[in-house]
Amino acid sequence: MNHELLDRDGALVVVLSGDVDLDSSPEARRVLLDAVARGRRVLVDLAGVTYIDSSGVASLVESLQGARKAGTDLALVSVSEAALRVLQLARLDRVFTIHATLDEGLAAG
Amino acid sequence: MTGAAPKKDRPVVIEVHDLVTHYGARMILKGVSMEVRDGEIMVIMGGSGSGKSTLLRHLMVLERATSGTMKVLGQDITQLGLRDMIDLRKKLGVAFQGGALFSSMTVGENIMLPLYEHTDLDPQTMRIMARMKLEVVNLAGFEDLMPSELSGGMIKRAAVARAIIMDPRILFMDEPSAGLDPAVSSALDDLILRLRDAMGMSICVVTHELESAFKIADRITILDRGDILFIGTPDEVRAHPSERIQNLLNRRAEDDTIDPEEYLRRLTGDEPLRNAAL
Repeated sequence: MNHELLDRDGALVVVLSGDVDLDSSPEARRVLLDAVARGRRVLVDLAGVTYIDSSGVASLVESLQGARKAGTDLALVSVSEAALRVLQLARLDRVFTIHATLDEGLAAG
Repeated sequence: MTGAAPKKDRPVVIEVHDLVTHYGARMILKGVSMEVRDGEIMVIMGGSGSGKSTLLRHLMVLERATSGTMKVLGQDITQLGLRDMIDLRKKLGVAFQGGALFSSMTVGENIMLPLYEHTDLDPQTMRIMARMKLEVVNLAGFEDLMPSELSGGMIKRAAVARAIIMDPRILFMDEPSAGLDPAVSSALDDLILRLRDAMGMSICVVTHELESAFKIADRITILDRGDILFIGTPDEVRAHPSERIQNLLNRRAEDDTIDPEEYLRRLTGDEPLRNAAL
């Protein structure tokens, strides 16, 4: 898994790519929680994520809760069909705000 | 799954060739060959003593065969060292017939157990994963209960939650519907289908419940006295002209034919005359 942090239109964009699995999700969790701790709106771009397992989704959930507690927002953008199915299975598609594209996510802020 | 390849064209995740296995001197599987493909539900059926549970244990890589070859996720299990075997088992999920939950642990602790055994994940990540899986199996909010406080159907679902906690590539289920009333059984069937569709996992199910088998199966393997009788789709099984298969479907699997020698041995407990050397 790789990650990149972008500063775009007042939002912090966390770009994840590759496989987010049991081996790499601790790093994803650290990156996401660090981003949330900055107190700004966070967009998590999943366009380059080839696979995300439950530990990766759990990291997203924990980060979302962290953002809510901090009074900020975290949304997902460019969620693949496979990742969306995993979110839907646990009905998390009703919990996360999901934008089709990064531009859409930025515009929603 | 939209856009996915037809199941018959998908990669093989389990490949069994000419598997022979014994318990003591008794031959249980007599040269079984079969495949399970990526993302398919393979139901294994057969009468009592057909060898279906033995086959499942071999597919789960829990037992060594007398002879034959088996590849799981591309790995020849006869060639695997201990570390590779442990890595392989992390990709397999097992829901045992009775649930096999530890009675001294809460439901949540039971579900997180594979994570504690095999990962270094943060405890909060584990808790969220366990709660997500409880949500999937419709047991949200039950994590602090003890297994003794659950109904039979709830124990089965908790066992499924534990089996899928590591997002296995292949899920094995031994008699998931046994002992459940029809409504609970049907809900469990729906869960199995959702797991295949949402997580793309291959699922091997041993069951004697015909209605459940035909509802969930992409293909059905029918075993009879340690041999493969037929492998096909539910429609192919229904339409098959074999009297033995139709007997099985009509719950008359225990037919009237008797092997006098085998029957006498069973009654007397004597060793078989052939295949005695093992």
